[in-house]
Amino acid sequence: MKPVFEYTRGMREKELHYCPGCTHGIAHRLIMEVLDEKGQLGDAIGVSPVGCSIVSHQYMNVDMLESPHGRAPAVASGIKRVHPDAPVFTYQGDGDLASIGTGEIIHAAERGEKFTTIFINNAIYGMTGGQMAPTTLIGQTATTAQEGRTVAQAGYPLQMCEIISQIKSAVYVERVTVTSPADVRKAKKALERAFKVQEMKLGFSFVEVLSTCPTNWGLPPVKAIEWLRENMMEYYPVKQFKCPEEVK
Amino acid sequence: MAEKKLMKGNEAFATAAMNAGCRYYFGYPITPQNEVPEFMSRELPKAGGYFIQAESELGAMNMAYGAAAAGGRVLLSTSSPGIALMQENLSLLSSVELPVVLVSVMRGGPGIGSIQPGQADYEQATRGGGNGDYHTIVLAPATIQEACDMIYKAFDIADEYRNPVMVCADGMIGQMMEPVVLPPEKAPLTEEEIWEKKPYALTGHKWKRERNAINSVWLQQELLEEYIYQYWPKYEKAEAELQDWEAINVENCDTLFVAYGSVSRVVKEAMQALEAEGYNVGLIRLKTLWPFPHKAFELIGDNCKNIICCELSMGQMMKDVKAEVEGKYPVHLINRVGGMLLDPIEVVDRTKKILEVK
Amino acid sequence: MAGKRIFIAGFGGQGVLLIGQMIAYAAMFEDKEVSWMPSYGPEMRGGTANCTVNVSDAPIASPLVAECDVLITMNGPSLDKFESMLVPGGDLFINSSIIEQKATRDDINVHYVDCQHLAEVEVGNGKTQNMVMLGAIINATGVVHMETMQKVFEKVFTGKKAKLIPKNMEALSVWQPA
Repeated sequence: MKPVFEYTRGMREKELHYCPGCTHGIAHRLIMEVLDEKGQLGDAIGVSPVGCSIVSHQYMNVDMLESPHGRAPAVASGIKRVHPDAPVFTYQGDGDLASIGTGEIIHAAERGEKFTTIFINNAIYGMTGGQMAPTTLIGQTATTAQEGRTVAQAGYPLQMCEIISQIKSAVYVERVTVTSPADVRKAKKALERAFKVQEMKLGFSFVEVLSTCPTNWGLPPVKAIEWLRENMMEYYPVKQFKCPEEVK
Repeated sequence: MAEKKLMKGNEAFATAAMNAGCRYYFGYPITPQNEVPEFMSRELPKAGGYFIQAESELGAMNMAYGAAAAGGRVLLSTSSPGIALMQENLSLLSSVELPVVLVSVMRGGPGIGSIQPGQADYEQATRGGGNGDYHTIVLAPATIQEACDMIYKAFDIADEYRNPVMVCADGMIGQMMEPVVLPPEKAPLTEEEIWEKKPYALTGHKWKRERNAINSVWLQQELLEEYIYQYWPKYEKAEAELQDWEAINVENCDTLFVAYGSVSRVVKEAMQALEAEGYNVGLIRLKTLWPFPHKAFELIGDNCKNIICCELSMGQMMKDVKAEVEGKYPVHLINRVGGMLLDPIEVVDRTKKILEVK
Repeated sequence: MAGKRIFIAGFGGQGVLLIGQMIAYAAMFEDKEVSWMPSYGPEMRGGTANCTVNVSDAPIASPLVAECDVLITMNGPSLDKFESMLVPGGDLFINSSIIEQKATRDDINVHYVDCQHLAEVEVGNGKTQNMVMLGAIINATGVVHMETMQKVFEKVFTGKKAKLIPKNMEALSVWQPA
């Protein structure tokens, strides 16, 4: 009998520690599938962030290291100098990339670094227990915004794809989500294009994945998906911001 | 004999690093070390290497982390406030046992401070502001020649100990020119050599080995304790093997100076003047700040009545000297701070005052 | 104390640092011990500039000096500020093109060098003023040999700049001690 779905060899056979309904697992798997299909798992080098996915190197079957909080794009820049032809990626959450690490991500994009950043945006700090993130929506509650985020107190959330796409050397910028099978397929296509851009050394590539955090949102997994679709996608439109002709 | 070249300290540091096979440099402008990134931006690409002007010292230090993890020989350079920003990664690089060489061209502090030479980063270098149990190996050159030789050697020490090594120069050594004989050129490691000699390095697993994971987080504290006990002996080995110093008349002197870096040169000149007036003086010059050269102090003879620490800080090195001699000798301080310098005449005058007061 | 401690002061753009470097190169070529130490920082962008050169037969202890054997002042403020640094019997060089005042001490050897006039009229190139002063230092103190300077210029003026060597060599000889 021909199996229709298998464990990808891009994932190590470890039980994920992520909460039920968390979309990290899907994002992990998609990246590994894309690299496997390109025949690059043996060459790839990943950088994990500080946040829930700090130990993603326990799951992804590629060489990886942990970055200090927010510094993954700088770390990846260093790796890429030593191995210019290896597929290199950073995997970062919203606190890591959009708060403490804004300097590093902006300037990696500015330099047109030839690596790929996967930005997991779930609008909350997960690992530390549900504090407000730069991407937390207006009105969304967090342990440090218990009545909901207000403009007066914390301003408007940062829209990273919109910011990154303003940078000329960032040539591929797309926001995706993984909340339906069709969206998952689209997300995979976006990752394929991003790694293609990297392989062709066209410039910096950036894929934002709108993600759920049922635990810290205080919602069951299915409701969390609904909440994402109803609330996040309006402020964070799922679309391709920039794409070079070569990979269209 | 190799050719003597008249070189500015900062350019000599960079050249020595390249001769040691370093092909990666990441930096951010800060006075008084700017000639290092300027030189590297021009010369590294010609040698097949890479230079990045980072967005900050944090960026530079993390680029270094990435390149070191990937198996490259990396040089960083900065000055005092820049080292403050890099402390996070001195701790982290120690925790993941990665080699980098960091040149600290010290200036006056605290805060943004002054841009003139200083030594008030002795504790920053030897104690570190990073979190956790770790040490940075710290070398302290007094001449440009010595700085070149130390930087060259620092890459081997960093690789052997798999630990960051800091070379503490100061604005004077960075900015001055002296003739120097450069150490011989070594080729950087090839991809194959990295695979073979640095099995921890991130190269892609090529399906030939288990994937490498460089991790600094330990969610099970028992394992972290075990890990610390596993790497700690290397610091004991460093204490046993790396202590280095220069001793002048330590066994016989009445008055013993202790100094390091450019200040030790000022002290040597002052010593000539004092000797001419009949004073019996000696010097311990620290060449390693960590490990502290305890063994040098075992040489002190019976004549010694006073120890005088000369440094450009409020007595940071003196604390180590006091701890070392455990009250057996009075320990005095001759210092300037904030970027002000000691000159030989001031050292002579203040030495005489200290000895008269007795 | 063996050797010479030389302090050169003026303002940015007068070639103060270059004069010092030329002496340092020459001393190195003559197998002497030498150090060159500049003032640095924002002041080097057009403000005051100074440097210290130590030349000796023995290894240089302090690259910094509190007193000097040879003092070169390229502008008035430098003369006011540093004249007291010179040891008795030392040599003071005054760029008399722009410094109107005279030395105040009588326990030193004072050399007035009209750098601008000598460069413009004798050498025929106003840009060689600093080399005129360098020549004066060498001719009066013998800190390095004049013959070594040809070698130094060959090291410093390479490529297109090589054609500047004869004029610079000429500039070194236009001032002679009385």
